[in-house]
Amino acid sequence: MRFVFKTAYTQDLGLFRDSVQRNAYLALLVGLIALPKLVPDYFVDVTLVFIYGLCGLSLMTLAGYTGLVSLGHAAFLGIGAYAHVFFVHDWHLPWVLSVALAAVITAAAGVLVGLPALRMTGVYLSIATLAFALIIQEVFTRWDHVTGGLKGKAVDKPVIFGISFANDVAFYFLCLAALIGALWLTANVLRSPTGRAWVAIRDSEIAAQSMGVNLAVYKTTAFAYSAALMGVAGALFAHKIGFLAPDIFTVLLSIQFLLMVVVGGLGSLHGAVYGAVFVAMVPVVISQARDAVPAWAATLAGPLGKPAAATAFQAVDRFVKQPGLEPGIFGLILVLFILFEPLGIYGRWTKIKLYFSLFPLYKRATFRRQRAYMRSERLR
Amino acid sequence: MLIYKATELVNFAQGDLMMLGAFTCYMFVVWYGVGYWAAFALALVLVALFGAALDAAVLRRVIGQPQFAVVMLTIGLGAIFRSAASITWGSEIYTLPTPFSAKATRVAGVTVSHEYVAIIAGTVVLCAVLYVFFTHTRVGVAMQAASQNQLAAYYMGIPVKRMFSLIWAISAGVAAIAGVLLAPVSLIDINLGFIGLKAFAAAVLGGFGSIPGALVGGVTIGLIELLSGAYLPQGFKDVAAYVVLLVVLAVRPQGMFGTVARKKV
Repeated sequence: MRFVFKTAYTQDLGLFRDSVQRNAYLALLVGLIALPKLVPDYFVDVTLVFIYGLCGLSLMTLAGYTGLVSLGHAAFLGIGAYAHVFFVHDWHLPWVLSVALAAVITAAAGVLVGLPALRMTGVYLSIATLAFALIIQEVFTRWDHVTGGLKGKAVDKPVIFGISFANDVAFYFLCLAALIGALWLTANVLRSPTGRAWVAIRDSEIAAQSMGVNLAVYKTTAFAYSAALMGVAGALFAHKIGFLAPDIFTVLLSIQFLLMVVVGGLGSLHGAVYGAVFVAMVPVVISQARDAVPAWAATLAGPLGKPAAATAFQAVDRFVKQPGLEPGIFGLILVLFILFEPLGIYGRWTKIKLYFSLFPLYKRATFRRQRAYMRSERLR
Repeated sequence: MLIYKATELVNFAQGDLMMLGAFTCYMFVVWYGVGYWAAFALALVLVALFGAALDAAVLRRVIGQPQFAVVMLTIGLGAIFRSAASITWGSEIYTLPTPFSAKATRVAGVTVSHEYVAIIAGTVVLCAVLYVFFTHTRVGVAMQAASQNQLAAYYMGIPVKRMFSLIWAISAGVAAIAGVLLAPVSLIDINLGFIGLKAFAAAVLGGFGSIPGALVGGVTIGLIELLSGAYLPQGFKDVAAYVVLLVVLAVRPQGMFGTVARKKV
């Protein structure tokens, strides 16, 4: 186990723990910059990972750090996307200004949802955000001179300061820059008094209030910050998919964001990124598996003779081609993670790391969580 | 309509259990030619057993973890159920033939079809039974105790684990009844479960943890939907319930009949 011997205040102020950590992140950055050259076929999917990473970051500040679980984040994404497209296309505003305006508008929407949140906890809040998302989806459908209604709205490629980002590689770097900027900002906000107040609210509202944290202000700020990030993500998302329609921003998308945060690991910025990688990659893996799995089944049934292999191939093929399978797999993954690894991928990673650094002395109980048997929401 | 929050178990899979109930009933009636009432009972029992099994296999593990875990778990389970239903029954839309179909009575000048009468009667009876069960029987009170404070209930000699299985069984059974009652009105397909979201609106409006409140809330939501469909521009009908829900949550989060309590430190 390594301990950092701190000799100056700048070491405490620095973003990274030591030079080893900093170099590891730098290596990762170099790898990401080289990625479009290395895997020219797949980096377009990685762009989606960056955008999902922004969404995960947004929900992570709200759910993972402030403890407010939102089931309506797809609505914020939609507001950001539509606002941005409206400003760029209909008002012909510059791209940067438009994104900033979209972020401001989503932040305002966040405050609007956050206000009732001041009086609610837990499940009530999830339901309120869910209701909000359903209302917003209806608004997208009906307000057709802005949103294009059910016909949808086509989105052009971004042009920033006269430079076109039409090319996939350029857009990849744009998204990468946005994600790094957001990560840097969030990491710093979380170390500031605001971030500390959020974590205090998550751990115990009553304790936070007793220590002088203004619940109303900080909860609203958390909502606004999270929504603003979602707005930026929405703007990029609009360019990524190239076509907006109200049925993209459904409750299922919100649940996918929540899945991202839970699978990645609640309460860590790494978790948001891991979750994004996971959620963006699973559909790719599923679609690959759809082609591969029937063949495996046939090979497995091979020793039983040719007709058995053919039947197995057809049966499995019919099964995996079901359109309803994908949400089911997502649900299954979510359930398995909550049952067996509530800390998510990041939690598993820290456990593995600790196991090796403490090698013979690792104790399972290090990560045991205290269970609370007093559950009534009536007293809170 | 299917409010079951005396136990404070928030179940986002409720709507999907409802769908399972409706499909099971349909399967017995149409595929195996069982009578409507027998199929109803079978669906009820099967889904209730399923609920108990679900608790024993999955939900018991998260006892003592934050409520967030339970919420996420039920969301995940709901997705699995929907997907499983679409694989077994396909994504077509079915209609359930019932003894009440296509009959109507005129009551005080208003024509009411028998399907709606069945729903209303079923709801009232169900709520009455549940209310009495939770406030006047030993098991019901024990359930409330178990859901409020598991440890204290355990010390008092309540078999908490068995209570939870029972709670889930009843909850699933009620969902199945709701699904079967609703099936003739709103056709069966795998998205029946989303109606469950409106049930949440009703529950919140009336106040969680209050069964008469849930009933009043349900009626209010229904009325608001009808009236906004009639008097407001198109499109408001679908969202009116949610708008009301948001307003109620902002103004009076404990609902119309909820009790106000604050934790004392």
